[in-house]
Amino acid sequence: MKEIKIFFIMVLIFLAAAFIPFSRPAVQNALGEAFFMMQEYARQHVLLCLIPAFFIAGAISVFIRKESVIKWLGPQANKIRAYGIASVSGSILAVCSCTVLPLFSGIYTRGAGIGPATAFLYSGPAINVMAIILTAKVLGAKIGLARAVGAVAFSVIIGLLMQVLFGRGEEKNRDQNEFISAEDHKDARPLWKTSLYMATMIGILVVINWSKADPSLRVWYFIYRIKWYLGGAWFAVLAWMLVRWFKKDELKEWTFSTWIFAKQIFPLLLGGVMVAGFLLGRPGHEGIIPSSWVAGLVGGNSLWANLFASVAGAFMYFATLTEVPILQGLMGSGMGQGPALALLLAGPALSLPSMLVIRRMMGTKKALVYILLVVVMAAITGLIFGAIF
Amino acid sequence: MEIRILGPGCPRCHEVEKRTMNALIELNVAADVQNVTDIKKIMEYKILSTPGLVINGKVKCSGRIPSREEIKRWIQEEK
Repeated sequence: MKEIKIFFIMVLIFLAAAFIPFSRPAVQNALGEAFFMMQEYARQHVLLCLIPAFFIAGAISVFIRKESVIKWLGPQANKIRAYGIASVSGSILAVCSCTVLPLFSGIYTRGAGIGPATAFLYSGPAINVMAIILTAKVLGAKIGLARAVGAVAFSVIIGLLMQVLFGRGEEKNRDQNEFISAEDHKDARPLWKTSLYMATMIGILVVINWSKADPSLRVWYFIYRIKWYLGGAWFAVLAWMLVRWFKKDELKEWTFSTWIFAKQIFPLLLGGVMVAGFLLGRPGHEGIIPSSWVAGLVGGNSLWANLFASVAGAFMYFATLTEVPILQGLMGSGMGQGPALALLLAGPALSLPSMLVIRRMMGTKKALVYILLVVVMAAITGLIFGAIF
Repeated sequence: MEIRILGPGCPRCHEVEKRTMNALIELNVAADVQNVTDIKKIMEYKILSTPGLVINGKVKCSGRIPSREEIKRWIQEEK
């Protein structure tokens, strides 16, 4: 099949090259916007935000023992605690999006049941650590926080609702064996060390990205003034931690894991940025899609706008992190805050391909309910957020 | 020796496969290595998270990329 794929790609490229009206000023402008947006990301977000975020993701995937977290989600687990853990653990357990579905399947069939499993299914992509960081940096702390809080809340609520609706029949069919844990944890680092290490990295990330504030906001502005000293000092602490608490092998694995993330995500993000730039332009500029269309469809904070954003987001496929530049373009073209949040909450969690896989795993009825829950709650949350802010 | 690499096909699973093949070459051991990418089949192994490494039907590792040394050790155990 590979040769056929290559052939089709060549045909597509040829058609694009021959038929895209490059002479039209609108197209030229859109192309410019694609590159300008790429430059903006390269200059403003890559070094201080993306790279640290990749390191953090790498650390999570290497140093945090999934087994210890999953203990809380097994069949013997306290049900209430299971929801709490499932909703936040998505970011910890599934930093790589490809592990979400096997994990979901495991928790569903051998764990605490459909409730926590669905909570996890949603929270995995929705609370992606790197995505939240980039969202806060690019789109603003308010919406970043709203996304994080919304994602956690949704997981719990959707999980509970699914359990209420479908929980009964599940009890008998489930295989009550716990997960196989192939490891023993002789070398496990004490939890407090791992936590401090992660907190330090996140702290550095937050501090070096501290945005300029109004001098009247005393504390905020003060931190901004000393952000590099703070960052530097914290970095020295991190360096000490790395030397004292970690073996060379572990550091190598960490760097390697970081590199895998960078290799996987960076090209996709770049592509997403250019597409967003071409279609929507940077904030304050136009892309190929006229701002009036965007404002008409998803501007303001009407129920229709939120619903449309939510549904569109659910079907659209967003490669990891690409929802950020796309949203940046949309908001710059007139999308309201409410619909933007709706898209953030529905988009990364679902896509047409993922809907099909979920259907295969849960069955059509449950899958439909799940999708509906996500879309409706995203729209409502967007509505509320847009109304308050 | 039968080796199965469990994973839907992401870069981590490929890395596990690469390391496994290198380990086999270094130890001069022959084995039937296959990728299992179908989710339902992966779940039959009862692992928690991909990537997964199974040697002779026993799950040696799941949810992370094992080091070269670990893979070599497991292959030796199963010889």
